[in-house]
Amino acid sequence: MIVFSLTSARQSLGVSLKLMRPSLRLRIRGHFCPESHVREATRPYSSHTHNPKVPKAATWEPVLEDQLPPPAKIPADLVDKLERLALVDFRTKQGLVCLERAIRFADQLHVVDTDGVEPMDSVLEDRVLYLRDDAVVEGDCAEELLQLPKSTVEEYFVAPPGNIPLPKREERTAMLKHSEL
Amino acid sequence: MAASVAPGVLLHNINKQIWILYPKASFHRCAAVRRIGTSASRCKSQPQLKRKSSPQELVGVVGLEIHAQIHSNTKLFSGSQVGFLAPPNSLVSFLDASLPGTLPVLNRRCVEAAVMTGLALNCTINNKSLFDRKHYFYADLPAGYQITQQRQPIAVNGMLTYSHLGGKKRNQVVNKTVQIKQIQLEQDSGKSLHDDQRSQTLIDLNRAGVGLMELVMEPDMSCGEEAAAAVRELQLILQALGTCQGNMSEGQLRVDANVSVHMPGEPLGIRTEVKNINSARYLARAIDYEIQRQIGVLQRGGTVQNETRAFDSKSGQTIPMRDKEGLQDYRFMPEPNLPPLIVYKDNASLPTGVDACQAVVVERIREGLPELPSVTRDRLVQTYAILPEHSFTLVNEDGLVEYFEAVVRETKREPRNVIGWVTNELLSLLKQKDQSVSQSPVSPSALAELLELQETGHISSSVAKQVFQEMWRSSGKTALQVIQEQDLGLVSDTKEIHNICQRVVDSHPDLVRAIRNGNKKVLNKLMGLVQKETKGRADPVVVRALLEEKTS
Repeated sequence: MIVFSLTSARQSLGVSLKLMRPSLRLRIRGHFCPESHVREATRPYSSHTHNPKVPKAATWEPVLEDQLPPPAKIPADLVDKLERLALVDFRTKQGLVCLERAIRFADQLHVVDTDGVEPMDSVLEDRVLYLRDDAVVEGDCAEELLQLPKSTVEEYFVAPPGNIPLPKREERTAMLKHSEL
Repeated sequence: MAASVAPGVLLHNINKQIWILYPKASFHRCAAVRRIGTSASRCKSQPQLKRKSSPQELVGVVGLEIHAQIHSNTKLFSGSQVGFLAPPNSLVSFLDASLPGTLPVLNRRCVEAAVMTGLALNCTINNKSLFDRKHYFYADLPAGYQITQQRQPIAVNGMLTYSHLGGKKRNQVVNKTVQIKQIQLEQDSGKSLHDDQRSQTLIDLNRAGVGLMELVMEPDMSCGEEAAAAVRELQLILQALGTCQGNMSEGQLRVDANVSVHMPGEPLGIRTEVKNINSARYLARAIDYEIQRQIGVLQRGGTVQNETRAFDSKSGQTIPMRDKEGLQDYRFMPEPNLPPLIVYKDNASLPTGVDACQAVVVERIREGLPELPSVTRDRLVQTYAILPEHSFTLVNEDGLVEYFEAVVRETKREPRNVIGWVTNELLSLLKQKDQSVSQSPVSPSALAELLELQETGHISSSVAKQVFQEMWRSSGKTALQVIQEQDLGLVSDTKEIHNICQRVVDSHPDLVRAIRNGNKKVLNKLMGLVQKETKGRADPVVVRALLEEKTS
């Protein structure tokens, strides 16, 4: 299944090998990992048989622009929502271009016909999940942990007050103008 | 994608702004514990409910989401200890503190506890369940996400049968059921202490990563009493199983209630979520208050807002909570560090190569299920011919069933004569002193001895109660010792009883006249006077016969 999914993705997306390599390496490492709890098996609860939609060998086919849906435009409200959720400020022209290019890149997925192909959660999903005994083997390292944060009070970590909504977009612009970036 | 987008300002800088906006003030610590929220909206379609012509028919609809802390030695994904009231941050592993490079390792005990709870609640156990990340930005969840089971939880489609006392005299047992939608495994969050003066939050991660079972109940209940009874039954089941200690005041069992009102037969109304409920009594009050509040809003022509409300136990009201972020987007995603969790039906279904000790096998857990409270109650009613409401009292009090059964074993008296002693005399003294059954100064065998003395006619029933009180006060003394020391034995000398009766009759000619005129009830008054003279030590049957003879 792993191989099939990867090749199918590569085939239709025209993704550079460089991008795919981390997942491939993961899989290969898994193959040679001799840990006792790791079981090499097929996915027990998914389609075992080969789906003819998934090519058996890697193929390469660039996706043409006219095969894709029209490019997404990001309205200001959506940018604002995303900034709030991600707590990442990217409203510069460069940031927006970057986001739109990323969406365009992902648009290529629309071309792939995935009907009847069960999606994977992770490349490790054919492994047996190791279950640990309920015995205390760690913890009691407050001293070490409390050296990490910028600020502590007694044995507590200190964090900024929670649940403060981000300021409105306009206010934020004004605030950011004066911040030392 | 996000990584490639991020050219600019990060969380860090926004926090810096917040620090500027909230200058430090004098130190003051106010405790407010945030609790892990609930999973994505489960409500059915809830169109706006406008005022109807006959608003008195509006009824409440209640669904519950319950977080039960798993009773285990260690946390869900790390080997650090689970404990209440430990020094802050002393029970924290590197994973619990979300240090980079750490990975979750699932605790088998937590899986078994969830399967066992699922079986006890008649759930279907999913052979394959999945873990997901649910994202939050809170300092008490330092990873920025909670590992939970959103898409495929470990147990689904269960049912809880619970009972409460109804009817005019509140002595009829009413049986109800509520559907359990699912049970999911998830991590608890740490605790935050909000220091409003200094505008900072103090974080204790001892609770971060403790295993929780989130139980989602369908909106099958209609009032606070039902919800409280359902939670009480669940609490008893969890305690019988040992999968959760169920102490609400310590946060081991936390209940959020989804409350709405509607006309029967119509779609559900807009619901509110009531949080901050830390006892079964408050749960009933909070829900009933909220139902009445919503009915009031609709009757005044308003609409109910979909919001989160907190229960204020002092005022008995629910008040709106400052909404978290308004638009919540948890950005659920599959947890990449945990492959699917597989549990096996029985030993035969274990694939080769899987260690039988390592695997979670549903049938093995089913075989180990203890007697559940409902079965205990039925057994008590059948075995001892006691009333159903008494079986509830026995099961509701930890250790009382065992106490009762021990007394019954050691006395020849009928169980239905013993039950009153246990549920009234013993329980009321325990309640007065706020003690548990195991702390009772009177042991089951000491009570049995007392009951034997009453049965064999050594003492009257009123004296027996007196002796019991005395045994409670001077713990260790036997009933016989108390009776001898205080001369409480029945007056067996008929001549003495005869004399006392004669004295009473002589000194109350008015009462005697009344009896002779046909008012037989007045005899009881004379009986009382005789017992007062004898300190309750005369056999009432003998006294009655003598008095009847003397007043005829």
